[in-house]
Amino acid sequence: MGMTITEKILAAHAGRAEVRPGELITCRLDLLMGNDITAPIAIREFERVGATRVFDPDRLTIVLSHFVPAKDIRSADQCRIAREFAKRHRLRYFYDEGRGGIEHILLPQEGLVVPGDVVLGADSHSCTYGGLGCFATGVGSTDLAAAMITGETWFKVPESMRFHFYGRLQPWSSAKDLILYTIGQIGVDGASYRAMEFTGEVVQRLPVDQRLTLCNMAIEAGGKSGIVAPDEVTLEYVRPRAKRPWTLYQSDPDARYHSVFEWDAGTIGLQVACPYSPDNVRPLPEVAGVEVDQVFIGSCTNARMEDLRIAARIMRGKKVAPYVRCIVIPATHQVFQEALREGLIEVFAEAGCAVSEATCGPCLGGYNGVLGAEEVCLSTSNRNFPGRMGHPKAKVYLASPAVAAATAVTGRISHPEEVAGPEAA
Amino acid sequence: MTLRGKAWTYGDNLDTDQIIPARYLVTADPKELGQHCLEDASPEFAKQVRPGDVIVGLRNFGCGSSREHAPLAIKGAGVSAVIAKSFARIFYRNCINLGLPIFETEAAERIAADDELELEPETGEIRNLTRGESYRAQPLPDFAREIMAAGGLMNYVARKAGLANTAGVTPSGYETKAD
Ligand code: SF4
Repeated sequence: MGMTITEKILAAHAGRAEVRPGELITCRLDLLMGNDITAPIAIREFERVGATRVFDPDRLTIVLSHFVPAKDIRSADQCRIAREFAKRHRLRYFYDEGRGGIEHILLPQEGLVVPGDVVLGADSHSCTYGGLGCFATGVGSTDLAAAMITGETWFKVPESMRFHFYGRLQPWSSAKDLILYTIGQIGVDGASYRAMEFTGEVVQRLPVDQRLTLCNMAIEAGGKSGIVAPDEVTLEYVRPRAKRPWTLYQSDPDARYHSVFEWDAGTIGLQVACPYSPDNVRPLPEVAGVEVDQVFIGSCTNARMEDLRIAARIMRGKKVAPYVRCIVIPATHQVFQEALREGLIEVFAEAGCAVSEATCGPCLGGYNGVLGAEEVCLSTSNRNFPGRMGHPKAKVYLASPAVAAATAVTGRISHPEEVAGPEAA
Repeated sequence: MTLRGKAWTYGDNLDTDQIIPARYLVTADPKELGQHCLEDASPEFAKQVRPGDVIVGLRNFGCGSSREHAPLAIKGAGVSAVIAKSFARIFYRNCINLGLPIFETEAAERIAADDELELEPETGEIRNLTRGESYRAQPLPDFAREIMAAGGLMNYVARKAGLANTAGVTPSGYETKAD
């Protein structure tokens, strides 16, 4: 019987010819990642047990992204722990503010994750990297600490669910709408412990940026991982940046799935997740008109070049609505620079947006745009549980950059068409 | 070892942002985190929780971020165990790694706030003294029990790697293969 792409990647890293869902296996890891919140605990644990050597300093990356530039003394101290550790252990891939950005956009951008990898990240959105055709999953700091010593970890081989999108995306629709729709259908624990595999002509036409968006929110359905099988689009992205050789895997035609969903992308349209859960998803027309106080265009879900281009296309020559604020945070320093060169930053600045250096910022209610009680925000990020972006009574709606940009201009949740007309082909 | 305490009950999808909001992620000290545990979801919790008390949730407990600060906050608050109908994957892993006993059972819904509970982490048995009922949770996989018995993943791995002399049982059955 055949295997899924996820099973094949895990088998290869466990030194086995095949694995089956439910088996407990030990896998060799290609890359480990920690950030400014999770790495300090991992470092503390690593040192507590007397470890002195990272199994391979080229395979542990630390990215400072959440509270940088440091928001207060204590976050500065956390960064310092991570920074000093990186220096002491000569980590080749250490990223500080001004050079890095949000880890989930940075690692693919820097070619640190490649197809066929097994990647362990101490951050739940590590599932993002699956968009390149690798197995990537989030863990806590202690799992990271242990793997820093051994270079391996245990997994229960997950069952796979397949989400097949056929047809054509509606105008202005994107991967964000597909994944919000998916989570709305199966719920926040609909894929618990399972791998989510995205297939179909619509997915194959998506650029890598959007495939990463698709996999980014697998965790919002409880998924262990998300994955898109690698193809020519993947390779075009990977070739110029890969820091390591890659291996391409595909699911066998007779692979076994826990479940298969087939959806016509043409019927999905723009989607919005309403407070207080990412699975409280409605089609845009049902929530259009809700007035907002803040719009946030940023986060590891939607702050890549492609996202900023769409937002800028809608906001060009327009102004952010009165009494509304719009915060734009490019995901990485490189995205920031590219956006600067392309004139996108100017578009946002002219429109009256607050634009900042790459950071997670308000996505997790850290700083740089935290919400007060009863405030309403439309965000391109991935979570809207109570208190996620600030006060537990603040209300967060999740949508695509196109919807966010249109909403910033009108001050109420809006269809991009209302501001920018029909999408140019 | 029998655990004993009073139940604090919650619903479905109690996520890590509610267990410990991001504004407190500037420390990893369990005691300090414990003072803010569940602050937004139930402000009285941190003030009234007694050592040994048990948190009871329903489906998808601990969903959301991978922050280990969530189980650390729960431990730091003095909670002895968490019972839920189901756990989110990363939270489940983190609890095993940190040695926080967890019980997965559909019977979680039979437990009401303030019920007096007695728990046996070894066997998965839950005795509800208030209601005179007992339930059985799925036992943890063998190697997870070994990690817990060793006092968490780090002690377990450190022993395997011949590092610092950590207390705990001799693990078996868990292969750490170098290839
Ligand atoms: S952008 Fe938000 S979801 Fe992504 S890593 Fe940062 S805090 Fe987490």
